[in-house]
Amino acid sequence: MSAAAQSLSRQGATEQPVKSSRRSIGRYVVYGLLILFAVMFLIPVYMVLVTSFKSIDQVNLTTMWNFPTNFTLDSFTRAFERLAPNFFNSVLLVVPATVISAALGSMNGYVLSKWKFPGANVIFPLMLFGMFIPYQAILIPLVQFLRGIGMYGNLYGLIMVHVVYGIPITTLIFRNYYAEVPNELLEAGAIDGAGFFGIYWNVLLPISLPGFVVVIIWQFTQIWNEFLFGVTIITQSTSQPITVALQNLSGSQIVEWNVQMAGAFLAALPTLLVYILLGRYFIRGLLAGSIKG
Amino acid sequence: MFDRLNRDRITAILMLLPSIVLVAVFVYGFIIQTGATSLTDSNAVQQLSRMPANNVGMRNYEELFSGVLNNRFRIDVVNTVFFTILFIAVCLGLGIGLAILLDQKVKGESLFRTIFLFPMALSFVVTGVVWKWLFNPTSGLNVLPTYIGLPPGTSNWFVDEGRVLEFNWQDFGLIIAFVILGVVIALALWQWSKKQSQAAAFFAAIALLVLAWITFGDPRQMTALPRAETHGFNVALIAVVIAAGWQMSGYTMAMYLAGLRGVSEELREAGRVDGCNEIGVYRHIVLPLLAPITLSAIIILGHISLKIFDLVYTLGGGDNLYIDMPGINMWYTTFRAQEFARGAAIAMIMLLMVAVVIVPYLWSSLRGENKS
Repeated sequence: MSAAAQSLSRQGATEQPVKSSRRSIGRYVVYGLLILFAVMFLIPVYMVLVTSFKSIDQVNLTTMWNFPTNFTLDSFTRAFERLAPNFFNSVLLVVPATVISAALGSMNGYVLSKWKFPGANVIFPLMLFGMFIPYQAILIPLVQFLRGIGMYGNLYGLIMVHVVYGIPITTLIFRNYYAEVPNELLEAGAIDGAGFFGIYWNVLLPISLPGFVVVIIWQFTQIWNEFLFGVTIITQSTSQPITVALQNLSGSQIVEWNVQMAGAFLAALPTLLVYILLGRYFIRGLLAGSIKG
Repeated sequence: MFDRLNRDRITAILMLLPSIVLVAVFVYGFIIQTGATSLTDSNAVQQLSRMPANNVGMRNYEELFSGVLNNRFRIDVVNTVFFTILFIAVCLGLGIGLAILLDQKVKGESLFRTIFLFPMALSFVVTGVVWKWLFNPTSGLNVLPTYIGLPPGTSNWFVDEGRVLEFNWQDFGLIIAFVILGVVIALALWQWSKKQSQAAAFFAAIALLVLAWITFGDPRQMTALPRAETHGFNVALIAVVIAAGWQMSGYTMAMYLAGLRGVSEELREAGRVDGCNEIGVYRHIVLPLLAPITLSAIIILGHISLKIFDLVYTLGGGDNLYIDMPGINMWYTTFRAQEFARGAAIAMIMLLMVAVVIVPYLWSSLRGENKS
């Protein structure tokens, strides 16, 4: 951002007066297009809001786009009644899964960036491949395995699954984060007599907060939004995470669109809040998975 | 570093070991197991009988591609191809367009960025539920044009039964062969234009081989389907592309924006001094520098679209073959119809498709990293 601001002033200084009228037409086009696209992107949001503030008798196909004639929170209370248990299931799922996978990722990242051992260059890409596979390719043995150890159909199994399949991305983010930490800093710790854990605890961990924020936000969003594992592993509706419950709500016979939209809003709220409040870190996590480390 | 501290080195490896074991078992072990299942006749009946499943070799795979009774997987393959192409095109086009617009030092940039990127924070299930309502054929997006005095839209969106670009599945091998030929020829010409005559000759040789295959090898035999079967681009997929594009194009925008920020003002100024106007600066200086980002984006988007599941599931996939995808088919085949072996075969093909895209990508990024 600051770089952009700098270049803005530089460009302003060199701008020639002759071109300015053409430039300003260009500016209108730029803003016009941006506003047009922004409106298009917000159409679904508009629809969710106007529909979920309506009562069921106001929801019909002819007045779908209209504002509600009288605002009611009825749909939200109805959606909350239906989805509250699943909302809390998702919380119970996301919190431990996120914390454990962040801790694991941090340790793995530390080893892979600072304690390179022979074969690490083979193990790391093999690990990374795990985050790209279609999970269908492991789903059948996974279900059998979870059945075998009594973790099928409950949240513990789902937590474990998210921790395990979260290892590649959390390791990648921490490895890249710790790679930026100068080795001299760690060597200073080593000279002070600290060993493997001492260096981690006293030198690395205190400066790891931004890395943890990125990983925690990323895992939180991913696990909260996840559907395939949830719908496969959890069979009882009372233990289902919110995405599965929302899908069931939308697939049910009686189509109460206002309750569905309110439900969608409810399911989206936590990740949306995280995105709005901590968007910068969210984008960093997003790009970590794509741009080479 | 820390070569002296041998005990600590061992501790380090021990700390990594649990994760290595977990990935080895849960990723590679399970993949091998799925692969083994795909070579059997395992299904609910066999499991109930408590008899071991029989080995049937590649029969499940052959059935998927040429079984007369069940053409669902072939529909999925065709759907995936068309969906992937359109989805990538939409995300790249919108992504780079929005990124360039935001790169014009606009006021409220962060607000616009937030708006374009927020769908990325949502679950595909939320996206599916909301767009299902918007795609209501008698209402939703179809009535929007009436607000500006136009006639209402008539699209049935994701339940549209229209199909265009039809072809016979028996020609699939031939079509693939021609696509490969086209790609190889394009690569040869591209290398030729860069005066890399050795590489150009290499691709030209491959092109000749493919041409020989088409002429003498008859790639149509590949499909082995006894009778003609029409497939094509299901118009209903456009609705899925819109919903998925709405969710994911902010992602490509973020990638491009990160890239654009890396192009220094000095470089752009140099272009202006050389007589480029603003559009020329983008065409000749900025966009060529973004080529690696485009490649990354294509790979990331491509592997997402090959795996797509939640969105299609929520839009009613499973019952709606017009938008069916391999991931959906695998899930319903395995966990509803309990045809485990067939489901495993679909899963292995999905894995293969993703691996073809991802493995070279991982290879080249990590090799590049080691060099630098």
